[in-house]
Amino acid sequence: MAAKSRHLNKIEPWHDPEERPYVYIENLTKDYDGSIAVDEVTLSVYRGELFSLLGRSGCGKSTLLRMLAGFEIPSSGRIYIDGIDMSGIPPHRRPVSMVFQSYALFPHMNVEQNVAFGLKQEKLPKSQINERVNDVLELVQMLDFKKRKPHQLSGGQRQRIALARSLVKRPKLLLLDEPLAALDKKLREKTQLELVNIQEEVGITFIMVSHDQEEAMTMASRIGIMADGRIIQVGTPTEIYEYPNSKYVSNFVGTINMFEGVVMEEEENYAVVRSSVLDEINIMVEHSTSAAIGAHVSIAIRPEKVVISKRPPKDRNYNCVKGIVQDIVYLGDVSIYHVELANGRIVYSTATNLFRIAERPIQWDDEVYLYWLPENSILLTA
Amino acid sequence: MLPKKIKIDVRKFHFKGSSIVVGIPYLWLLVFFLCPCLILLKISFANSALQVPPYSAIFKWLDDNIAQLTFNVANYRLLFTDELYVRTFLTSTVIAAGSALACLLIGYPMAYAIVRSGRKTRMIMLMLVVLPFWTSFLMRVYAWVMLLAPTGVINNILLYLGVIDHPLKLMGNYCAVIIGIVYTYLPFMVLPVYSSLEKIDKSIIEAAQDLGCAPTKVFFSVVAPLSMRGVATGIFLVFMPAIGEYVMPEILGDPSTVTIGRIVWNEFFTNLSWPVASALSVIMIIFVAIPVTLWHSGRQSRLNKRAGQV
Repeated sequence: MAAKSRHLNKIEPWHDPEERPYVYIENLTKDYDGSIAVDEVTLSVYRGELFSLLGRSGCGKSTLLRMLAGFEIPSSGRIYIDGIDMSGIPPHRRPVSMVFQSYALFPHMNVEQNVAFGLKQEKLPKSQINERVNDVLELVQMLDFKKRKPHQLSGGQRQRIALARSLVKRPKLLLLDEPLAALDKKLREKTQLELVNIQEEVGITFIMVSHDQEEAMTMASRIGIMADGRIIQVGTPTEIYEYPNSKYVSNFVGTINMFEGVVMEEEENYAVVRSSVLDEINIMVEHSTSAAIGAHVSIAIRPEKVVISKRPPKDRNYNCVKGIVQDIVYLGDVSIYHVELANGRIVYSTATNLFRIAERPIQWDDEVYLYWLPENSILLTA
Repeated sequence: MLPKKIKIDVRKFHFKGSSIVVGIPYLWLLVFFLCPCLILLKISFANSALQVPPYSAIFKWLDDNIAQLTFNVANYRLLFTDELYVRTFLTSTVIAAGSALACLLIGYPMAYAIVRSGRKTRMIMLMLVVLPFWTSFLMRVYAWVMLLAPTGVINNILLYLGVIDHPLKLMGNYCAVIIGIVYTYLPFMVLPVYSSLEKIDKSIIEAAQDLGCAPTKVFFSVVAPLSMRGVATGIFLVFMPAIGEYVMPEILGDPSTVTIGRIVWNEFFTNLSWPVASALSVIMIIFVAIPVTLWHSGRQSRLNKRAGQV
């Protein structure tokens, strides 16, 4: 059991109180003449992590990344990388490398020269430069394109070269600014997994900025959700999805049904909430957040955790409401049912399409029961 | 095979709107550039003659059946044998090259400063670069006379301050001519360099820094190579008018600064020797056109090579 927990701490170092953060951001603020882009951010990233900063455009995630690279000077706060304070260190002296959203390859140099550029600045011997350039080009499978100029490469190939150019420097920290945003969907999905594999192979700590929650969920070891210059939740993809700590996070990551209500009873393992939008019935919610009796709260439940059926559940433990199917959104693998309750509120339920569409048991205007287990719903106070 | 070869593509004779639009510049160049050049070429092979216009015809009917075409190459021979003309070409080249170099040394930092400045100041600075064009060209040249003359502003100040005890000869030399040319043609250097610098993606410069390149080195390994096209354009735009420049050597130079522009003027208006003047012009066109064409075709073939690799 002890061995197992130590192992867990190794792959989840944030659970180990003795583990020192590799990148430590302390009260970092960036103030552009009164408009605050990054607001008092404190964040720890551990060695070997693939950390994703996720947020809408303008939430300050790119500014945070640029401060890590040294392109922006923080208004206050500090950044430590491997225990070293980065304040006052210019970009070209930081043990950090960045993959730009536009890739920023040097158009007047070929692939080989682009990748060798960083090593030439370190004044390494030529043979060593050649060896490392070849190694990294092999890693990103671009060895055959050595003599090409950037404009002769496709978007995906350029992305690989930009990655290779940064990796070849063996930085302590690799920053990726929306690295896959310029690729089309299919290529993006393929590259996501490739990038994760490369990261595991080289063992470099990655911090990636993204606005695509699916991308962050697929790739990241942990995600930091940013809004209005602040980090509002940090957690593994599962934690972020299953246990969002606020309405903002639960809405931002995936879709969710949300009902406002008042806490009626508070027990050890669950709370009873009465919600006017759920026909004034009592709903049981498993709660991790403490809420006093009488407090106004929200109950959130993911659509895929809401079971849709023509019959009510036999088990009394389920929360159950009744409604009429308004709409069915067919997505191939799943369908999303829009169910209207008696009071007009729409509840979403996602169900796997076990049957071909014609044989689907639930159709438009059917009266259905929606039910879910208390432990699958979330109590949100913020 | 033969019928196929002489078959005419009828589509070529369909006039489309686009072909008219494209055709206008061609027509313009044909009428106002190529025709005068051909006339110039013709005159350059003629003899001087006391008639109007003052040169002999090179094409003559001897009788009904025989036409005579006379090419007088004496004008060209004169240019290559008379030391005066050779020296003139050298003088003009030195002045033009010096001006282009000086423009580059002054204009590049200016363009760089403009690109690096904020959006608002950038517009003002660009305006300031172009602003001198709003005053008369001659006025600007005479302003330099006022500054550089023996009794001009600079000499007067230096005399007053006691730095010198007799006026310096600031005018009537290569330097004064170059100053005049640089002052006049500087925008032709600044603007193309500015536009090439402005096109450089800021993240490329950041990427270079990020990869461990110190700011001064970023300039020489990334910014400078990426702005070379603007530099080349600027050099041509300054060099080409400078080599035939007439006004500047006439006003700011002295009789010893004989340039192609002045000698062409002399041959045309003082000696009334149109053929020699034409030959001089033809040589000058060739002299300027060859490097431009070589550079251009070199670039074109590089582009083609790139395209071929894809």
